Amino acid sequence: MVSLQLRDLGASYGKKLTIAAVSTPEFHSGEIVAVIGPNAAGKSTLFKRIAGLLNGPGEVSLSHTSKGKKAISYMPQDTSANAVLTVYESILLARKQGSRWSVDDADLRFIDQVMAALNIKPIAFRDLGALSGGQRQLVSIAQTLVREPDVMLMDEPTSALDLHRQVEVLSFMQAQARQKGMIVLIAIHDLNQALRFADKVLLIADGKMQACGSPLEVINADMLRRVYGVDARIEKCSRQFDHVIVDGVAA
Amino acid sequence: MAAADGSLLTEAVAEGRGEYRARTRRKLLILGGLSLALCFSFAVDLAWGPARYGLDQVVLALFNPDAVSAQVRTVVWDIRMPVAVMAIVVGAALSVAGAQMQTILANPLASPFTLGISAAASFGAALGIVTTVPLIPVAAGLIVPVNAFVMALLATLFIHFVSQMRGVTVQTVVLLGIALVFTFNALLAFVQYLASEQALSQVVFWTMGSLTKATWPKIWITLAVLLMALPLFARNAWALTAIRLGEDKAASFGVNVRYIRLETMLIISLLASVPVSFVGTIGFVGLVGPHIARMILGEDQRFFLPGSVLAGALLLSVTSIVSKSIIPGVVFPIGIITALVGVPFFISLILSNVRRSW
Repeated sequence: MVSLQLRDLGASYGKKLTIAAVSTPEFHSGEIVAVIGPNAAGKSTLFKRIAGLLNGPGEVSLSHTSKGKKAISYMPQDTSANAVLTVYESILLARKQGSRWSVDDADLRFIDQVMAALNIKPIAFRDLGALSGGQRQLVSIAQTLVREPDVMLMDEPTSALDLHRQVEVLSFMQAQARQKGMIVLIAIHDLNQALRFADKVLLIADGKMQACGSPLEVINADMLRRVYGVDARIEKCSRQFDHVIVDGVAA
Repeated sequence: MAAADGSLLTEAVAEGRGEYRARTRRKLLILGGLSLALCFSFAVDLAWGPARYGLDQVVLALFNPDAVSAQVRTVVWDIRMPVAVMAIVVGAALSVAGAQMQTILANPLASPFTLGISAAASFGAALGIVTTVPLIPVAAGLIVPVNAFVMALLATLFIHFVSQMRGVTVQTVVLLGIALVFTFNALLAFVQYLASEQALSQVVFWTMGSLTKATWPKIWITLAVLLMALPLFARNAWALTAIRLGEDKAASFGVNVRYIRLETMLIISLLASVPVSFVGTIGFVGLVGPHIARMILGEDQRFFLPGSVLAGALLLSVTSIVSKSIIPGVVFPIGIITALVGVPFFISLILSNVRRSW
């Protein structure tokens, strides 16, 4: 059982504080947390701060980290790469760091499993440079998964995927979070996917946390008008999932 | 999504693992092939010259010197051996320096030649030849290589520290390198303009790059730098490969990108400046060697690093043979030949293998 809590977290590029005072309730194993907010709200900065790639005030409190695991794994938004490596090599790279050159069969077996699960085995030995944007995102997800983290931070992992693949990948991540007891934070623009897959939603705007709670607590007509500037309502689809219906730009 | 429900396609899964192992074996075979080609080229380099020997005689001279005539022994061991060994050591060092520059600067154009390090060395050497003023106090005989080394080192460190500044992109670094090339070429021209006729011819010969300046102490120093650098790069093989996926990605894999970049650049500064200070400007090896390795082996540093060593060494060794084969009895400065041999070969490789070239 893992739990993650952000306490008064801020992040700075140089001397400028770009996000400040992000405090959340505890997130627990198996939970999907959607991090939403307008463009340039500070979502990627928050992820980099949680992953330890940026400095800043506050605390990332992670308890019950399983021994030997990589505690936090971050999937950056930019998945482009021009390295002359095959998909398989690039995923192996995510799992194998350190100074030992040899590769164990156990590592390769695990990579094969993850690739099969994400349906990317057909492109296993294609060069990274020859992949489409969607394929690159799937490879990036595989790289994050093979690190077997307790906490996964995925920065817009489905932005280049078609609708079918979006639903497929998010369902898969939900299943993975539940099975492996991970906490998965996903920065996402599609509020319908957030309503459908997230257990909690963290709203960030202008570098500050605006709200954090259950999807329907955070995503509502009032917030959509205030933060996104649109007139919208929440309705259920035929399968009883909540959906945002946008009527137009708020006056 | 097979694993969403926990099931796995076990049979199909084995393919990826098997294919990866097969590809690894293929890469080891390629490295073996390159090593054999290098041995062959080395032997031919020893055999060819104004007096041409058979390969059997060279092998005999190498492994059983008493079995060949004193003349063959002297020519092979004392005259041709330093040049042949220097070709391999310098080719390897420049190629590895270029490979790691391209890796950490994420730019296919990076090499000691294109970033102005060779031009800086030329200027330093010219300053030594023309003014005989040492940049640091050394014995008179060492002024030229030491001046060249000091200028090359300064240029490399300058590039490194600028590349570390906030907001500086890799494109900026390469443009800066090109600016350095022009600056040092202008300074070189200035020194040449002021030089006496005798000094001028020395400067021109130096800047062309020549292996005939090879001596055993120079070889040992260059080899020592190479042998110090390779294990350090090898230790960071996974991290350096990860850096090619982008800074954020590498950092997310747990790589301390800043530290690895600093360490690598400091090693490169020695690796690029020491050979240049001994043999003069030898272009293209630092650029072409790593590209050849990348095209045939990919960028996994476990293969790319030894591949760059072998490709650079082979390239310069072959060039050394060509430089004395064009006109019998005349050894052309190797700097001229590197471009003539390397570039057509390089262009044909790029055009036949566009997808894997960068």
